[in-house]
Amino acid sequence: MSRRVRIGIFLPALAGLGALLVWSYTGLPSFGDYQGPYGFIVNRIATPLRHMDNAVNATTYDIRGFDTLGEEFILFAAVIGVVLLLRDRGERDADEIEDDTGSDLIRVCGTLAIGAAVLVGLWLVAFGFVTPGGGFQGGVAVASGALLLYLVAGHREWSAFGNETLLDPIKGIGGGGYAVIGLAALVGGLAYLTNFFPGGVTGTVWSGGSAAFVNWAAGIEVAAALVILFAEFLQAYIVPIARSS
Amino acid sequence: MTLATLVPLQSVALALVALGAPAVVFSRDPLKMIVVNGLYGLSLVLLFVIYGAPDVGLSMLVVGTVAYPLVVLVAIARVRAREGDEEDDEE
Repeated sequence: MSRRVRIGIFLPALAGLGALLVWSYTGLPSFGDYQGPYGFIVNRIATPLRHMDNAVNATTYDIRGFDTLGEEFILFAAVIGVVLLLRDRGERDADEIEDDTGSDLIRVCGTLAIGAAVLVGLWLVAFGFVTPGGGFQGGVAVASGALLLYLVAGHREWSAFGNETLLDPIKGIGGGGYAVIGLAALVGGLAYLTNFFPGGVTGTVWSGGSAAFVNWAAGIEVAAALVILFAEFLQAYIVPIARSS
Repeated sequence: MTLATLVPLQSVALALVALGAPAVVFSRDPLKMIVVNGLYGLSLVLLFVIYGAPDVGLSMLVVGTVAYPLVVLVAIARVRAREGDEEDDEE
């Protein structure tokens, strides 16, 4: 296709999309002008009823817990998809590749950053019902801390930690734990994922009732799933480099 | 934060995002693009935090600066390795 034809197609498409965007943006309610009832209801009940200060996580892990279970399994299925595509293509030899960083500065700062990232991640999960954060964000932070191990120590040390026999069960426990906590409420004669523990003390780690366990299960699943994802991608990244050297 | 400090901060964050997005599009070298995209991700984090969505900011921080660059890096390495193989075959 010639440049002229491409521009001839592109410009009307751009004009059309631009017009639609301008039209839709001018029709939006102004910033902070919230109309719906549910946000106000959640803000009013989250602290007195659930002993949670963070209304966002009160929504995701408690009030609409079942939707979040679905989201967890989207991640679960996506990671399994990546693993099926990338794992086991006669690339086991990648475990023996030496690709240590030559820089002491990266090693020192990286090692400190691993500790900081994992600590921040655990803190985000633990205080999920007090401050912004929660299982997903905390799990992601823990996983990125683990990824720094590759930067600091190279692929061989990383692959000892980022391996599937260790991580697959952890991921399963996290994902399954979420569903099982929901089932526990059923056994007690309540609706699925009902928050069946007392709320605990507002503003502390001990708040949120059984939703706190749901939050931790999500954190464990997300952290393990992302480390598996990183491990698969790193393996796919390292093999071509090793072959060419 | 009062409105007097919030509005300039919002303007700065919006300006950074508006500058960052074309910077990503117009970087020609894929490796440079990953770095520029990471910085663009950080400007989005700033935007989310200033507009009162720190939860989204936290997710964006890791997705934009860790997960996404890794995936792109892997894709580039794979494509380059394949191109290298094809060149070897032709020789």
